[in-house]
Amino acid sequence: MLKLERRPAPSRLWTAATPVLAVIATMIAGGLLFAALGKDPVEAIRTIFWDPLFGEFASYSRPQLLVKAGPLILIAIGLSLGFKAQVWNIGAEGQYMMGALFGAATGLAFYPTDSVLLFPAMVVMGAFGGFLWAMIPAVLKLRFGTSEILVSLMLVYVAQHIMSAASFGMLKNPEGMGFPGSRNFQHYPAAFNGELIAGTGMHWGGVAALGAVVAAYVLLSRHILGFHIRVAGEAPRAARFAGVSPALLTSVCLGTSGALAGLAGLFEVTGPAGQITTDFASGYGFTAIIVAFLGRLHPVGILLAGLLMALTYIGGELAQLTLNLPSAAVQAFQGMLLFFLLAFDVLANFRIRLAGRARA
Amino acid sequence: MTGTETAQLLTIRGLTKAYPGVIANSDVSFSVAPGEVHALLGENGAGKSTLVKAIYGLVRPDAGEMRMRGEVYAPSEPRAARAAGVAMVFQHFSLFEALNVAENVALGMETPPRQRELSAKIRAVSEAYGLPLDPSRLVGDLSAGERQRVEIIRCLLQDPKLLIMDEPTSVLTPQEVEILFATLRQLSAEGTAILYISHKLEEIRSLCDSATILRRGKVVATCTPREVSARDLAEMMVGTALTPPARAPRTDWAGAPALEVTGLSVASPMPFGTSLKNVGFAVARGEVLGIAGVAGNGQDELLLALSGELKSAPGMVRAAGVDLGDKGPNDRRRAGFVVAPEERLGHAAAPGMSLVENALLSGAIRMGLVRRGFIDWAATRAFAEGVVRDYDVRTPGTHVAARALSGGNLQKFVIGRELSQEPAVIVINQPTWGVDASAAAAIRQVILDRAAAGAAVVVISQDLDELMEIADRFAALNEGRLSVPRPVQGLTMEEIGLMMGGAHGMHVPEIGAAHLLHAEAADAEA
Repeated sequence: MLKLERRPAPSRLWTAATPVLAVIATMIAGGLLFAALGKDPVEAIRTIFWDPLFGEFASYSRPQLLVKAGPLILIAIGLSLGFKAQVWNIGAEGQYMMGALFGAATGLAFYPTDSVLLFPAMVVMGAFGGFLWAMIPAVLKLRFGTSEILVSLMLVYVAQHIMSAASFGMLKNPEGMGFPGSRNFQHYPAAFNGELIAGTGMHWGGVAALGAVVAAYVLLSRHILGFHIRVAGEAPRAARFAGVSPALLTSVCLGTSGALAGLAGLFEVTGPAGQITTDFASGYGFTAIIVAFLGRLHPVGILLAGLLMALTYIGGELAQLTLNLPSAAVQAFQGMLLFFLLAFDVLANFRIRLAGRARA
Repeated sequence: MTGTETAQLLTIRGLTKAYPGVIANSDVSFSVAPGEVHALLGENGAGKSTLVKAIYGLVRPDAGEMRMRGEVYAPSEPRAARAAGVAMVFQHFSLFEALNVAENVALGMETPPRQRELSAKIRAVSEAYGLPLDPSRLVGDLSAGERQRVEIIRCLLQDPKLLIMDEPTSVLTPQEVEILFATLRQLSAEGTAILYISHKLEEIRSLCDSATILRRGKVVATCTPREVSARDLAEMMVGTALTPPARAPRTDWAGAPALEVTGLSVASPMPFGTSLKNVGFAVARGEVLGIAGVAGNGQDELLLALSGELKSAPGMVRAAGVDLGDKGPNDRRRAGFVVAPEERLGHAAAPGMSLVENALLSGAIRMGLVRRGFIDWAATRAFAEGVVRDYDVRTPGTHVAARALSGGNLQKFVIGRELSQEPAVIVINQPTWGVDASAAAAIRQVILDRAAAGAAVVVISQDLDELMEIADRFAALNEGRLSVPRPVQGLTMEEIGLMMGGAHGMHVPEIGAAHLLHAEAADAEA
């Protein structure tokens, strides 16, 4: 019989090794899933992990990597701060939409200005929109003790409706011949977030994501606020003993993650997406939760996890196109990654023993 | 099998149990006769608990033999132990606060009778043994001493042949201890053997017929406690001669009291906690105030209110004349407070964090480890290393997680971390809980040294001997109220007991024994 024995301290080796193991296990289980669907598992896995970078259409898909990874990393960094402090913001998708809406609305309000101040103003408003949306669960939690998990999640669906309303109403393109959706920022240079270096997929969102990685790293390793975040997650009573105010910390964590998600939305709507539409939301806010955990809530880990996740996105789309895989199968594949990661996590904190005859 | 062995109730031969990295019991042998009150004496970590867990079927020994009335006895689980007539009262109670006494007792039984029958049985047993208890009361409303009675009655209903009691007096007032001892003596006279675990020497001398002394898992001596002095027992237990802490002559410091608490009333943040009611005291520089009390009478709340984790109204807490009543922990640290909570893992220290990080936890402010928000890790490491060195914390290094340290070592680290911060006011809850005797003596010495250097010290403890040893004045918490502090000099055990609330719940008239009546009268007076 197998028996789990708690380690005195988490194993560093296993903490680093579990993400790798999880990826391998996902490939195996995913391969079985694809085989059960009647596809060649090896080809499917290769399509997802190899072809986007080195395949036939790599020149098209490679820049996509940064385009997809940028918002994932930006959102996941924010979420990881909260997750470390046991503040569970599950509604980054909603904050992402509200950031996009606030930022886009600011830009469209000044159409067709060519002021250089416009884009920075939109960035600020985008962050503010996400922050505001995340402060709703924060205030409700502090005032009435509601669960931030449920409130933030439900607010995603509220944001979805506001998004639809905006694309049919307030922000609808007056020259759009009645189609829902705002003006396209591609035709609005002062507000457009284009590629900074042609052919790389790097736009301001990618820059912000890298900046967030560095800032989070410094915060968590050198700054007293980062230390308080870690203590609060590790031992809430010890945090109070250290003088941390739980209310303030909850607000800081939710607010920061909301602002970063809002930024991601703003950079997306002004760049790759181009406009506010009813189907603007693409699940980045939810996928970022997987990215945060896959990256062990560590900034550098999140950077790598974001790139890996972006790869499965692009590879998944490629597999849908070339192999006719159903999109649900690709989503299940991504879900497996989180599942295996959490399952292998046991190894970091426990040691597996074959239990013999004598037991304690 | 010899004749003497059959005359014994329980015989243990060569019992050995090892855990990874530590041998808890090594070749332990002793025996208990019917009706004998047998003490198991030893420091924390001497192996007493493992030994009784083996007898109660919670731990399976690696080697050795146990015999019950000559028959081989190897319980695989507590149920088997109970079937063989062994019952145990644990140090930590397993009771549900939201259920009443009878319901709690029923939960521990294999086939509980109907509530009404059970209540009648509980009443009968409680009257027969002088343990007053109302079966319909909620356990959440009972004092610690009364909760212990629930556990004892639960055991007595099984009609045990051997009753194991693990540190039963740590939650009792001196009067309640007398009641418990009367019950135990009655049980012993009726032929029930009692295995009594404790490190309190006077208790063992007054109650027990024989004693087995354990040190580092081995039996080091067997004796008749009445025939040796407490000092001899202590030295057998510790293995070295003990020196009581030395105090420097008191200096009279001028100025306002270093710590002044007036009309402190705060609600407990914990369910079934005890709210503080109009607590007031003042501590001068260089003075040690000892606060006693049975566990759960507001000690935790008092510590939280003094540390600032539980905010009070302005004016309730002052340090050197400065109002700190509504200030949080860090403002109080700036004013010279250091605080060591009772619970080491999870409150005083974050279990999964390194000693360096745990040094930062409370040392950040007074040790200047943070500059403009950024942590000076080099200085923090130096601070942690200093604490480890000065307080003899046994650890492979400061990088290890707090939870990897033994309880005593972590306690030394926590106390050292606080006392190294040049404090003006020191508040400590249970300074030597779970620490071996020589380390405990060292901790008491440092507390006295800090007081001699001009700090005002508040020590909250359930160990009366400890408080008598280091305190200048003494007060007791009872149901969230603090008695008026009195000088320790000339205070008798009886007065102390009354300050602690006398015997809780002694209002049932049908108690027979003379000393019980005495205790009741004392309670009525209080």
